[in-house]
Amino acid sequence: MTVQTELTNAAPSKLSISAITKRFRARGTEVHALDRVSLEIAEGEFVCLLGPSGCGKSTLLNIAAGLDSADEGEIFSDGKKIDGPGRDRMVMFQESALFPWLDVIDNVMFGLKLKPGLTNPERREVAHFYLKLVGLDKFLHANIHELSGGMKQRVALARALAPNPRVLLMDEPFAALDALTREQLYGDLQRIQQQRQKTIVFVTHNVREAVCLGDRVVLFSPHPGRIQEQFRITLPRPRDINSVDLAEHATEITKALKGYIKPEAEVAE
Amino acid sequence: MKRFLSAAAFFAGLLVIWEVLVRLKIWSPVLVPSPFTVSEYLLGAVRDGSLAAAAWVTIKRLVLGYTFGIVVGLPIGLLTARFKVWQDTLGLLALGLQTLPSVCWVPLALIWFGQTETAMFFVVVMGTLWSMIIATDNGVRNIPPIYARAARTMGSKGLHTWIKVMLPASLPFIVGGMKQGWAFAWRSLMAAEIYVTILSGFGLGHLLHYGRELNAMEQVIGVMFVIVVIGLLADKIMFSPWERFLHHRWGTQGK
Repeated sequence: MTVQTELTNAAPSKLSISAITKRFRARGTEVHALDRVSLEIAEGEFVCLLGPSGCGKSTLLNIAAGLDSADEGEIFSDGKKIDGPGRDRMVMFQESALFPWLDVIDNVMFGLKLKPGLTNPERREVAHFYLKLVGLDKFLHANIHELSGGMKQRVALARALAPNPRVLLMDEPFAALDALTREQLYGDLQRIQQQRQKTIVFVTHNVREAVCLGDRVVLFSPHPGRIQEQFRITLPRPRDINSVDLAEHATEITKALKGYIKPEAEVAE
Repeated sequence: MKRFLSAAAFFAGLLVIWEVLVRLKIWSPVLVPSPFTVSEYLLGAVRDGSLAAAAWVTIKRLVLGYTFGIVVGLPIGLLTARFKVWQDTLGLLALGLQTLPSVCWVPLALIWFGQTETAMFFVVVMGTLWSMIIATDNGVRNIPPIYARAARTMGSKGLHTWIKVMLPASLPFIVGGMKQGWAFAWRSLMAAEIYVTILSGFGLGHLLHYGRELNAMEQVIGVMFVIVVIGLLADKIMFSPWERFLHHRWGTQGK
């Protein structure tokens, strides 16, 4: 394998989520996190899972990542059943989850070193390529604690992209960032998606973020977690989160979302 | 430079006060000899080689037992953190024995091994081993679970996760444990050397002990001084580089 073939986009895969049910036991009571959730995600599609906390969207992402298992139901990636983590599906977490004992480039190299068929200089070249893609090629040897929150998530994005996965699973990756940094990253992520063409599943509770990024927004409701409604977003890209068109879509979805959230009193019962 | 000067001034001041107190006969010169008498002893002991020989014997015992304690303690600590069975057995034993001052092993070591090097080795190991196990165990338990999850998504599992993720992630705790183990080992070895004579080697503790027997206070104080210096050097040479690295990488407060 050469660096060139390594840097060629891996074909994005199709995800079939079929009747996933998941229950947790927490302090003696059973939480019904997901109730027969089914969803088809096309190759190269950017799908946002949107809903209030407790609607099971992160749980679904973890099951797709192979970090959790479902009680019932299955997820297929290009027809292959998912039964554990795999290099074809990389994950980005809300906290950057970068390793503080490694510098920036070694963090990006971590997953690459586990990939056979490459020499270490080749891996370094690949890591360098992705750090350049996220605009951090001047910080190869910086320590993690020296980076801002936005830069950390950029490194995390480069780390997730580096093994050339076919699916990118993102769990509220920008939720902890300030608004300005977030807007920059929306632009970057759209640009990178156009270049790298991954299938992306993006979990968020921010309606505008979902509309800005997604080809499709899937609305979840909690207790138990279910898919309520789906919206196809056909706005031209790159999208600006502050545009009026986008705000109109967001208003429509917010209205729908409010209809599905039961008042707290009913839930507490 | 300013820091060096203030440190130098402080210690010079201490020496001056000491000398003045001895000159004014406020302290009896028999009980507290003057700094000059002490340095005379030290110079003599350096010249006739007795100091270097004793220091060598002590350091050899220390390094041997300490290394053994670290090499055995680290994997046991990983195991007690990973497996319930290990935690409930060896982990519990380590927790209990760690509270026992390691000097308390000296009488037992003498009965079991006699006045031998093995007894010294045993005492040093007992000083190191338990705190190393506890520190490693504690370090692993303090790792944010997200590190292991992130590593799993990138294809790391089993031994790879332990060596490449869990071990470096718990490094701050492990270095802390190594430092504590060193302090315990050093203290217990000194106690053992003062307490028993071992014919196969005269350590610093023995030198101190004979200073007392001969009523040569300049020897007692001189050897104490050497013990302090060795402790400081060990800290600067063995632990400071690690701690600097950790503070640099983790961004924790170094000064």
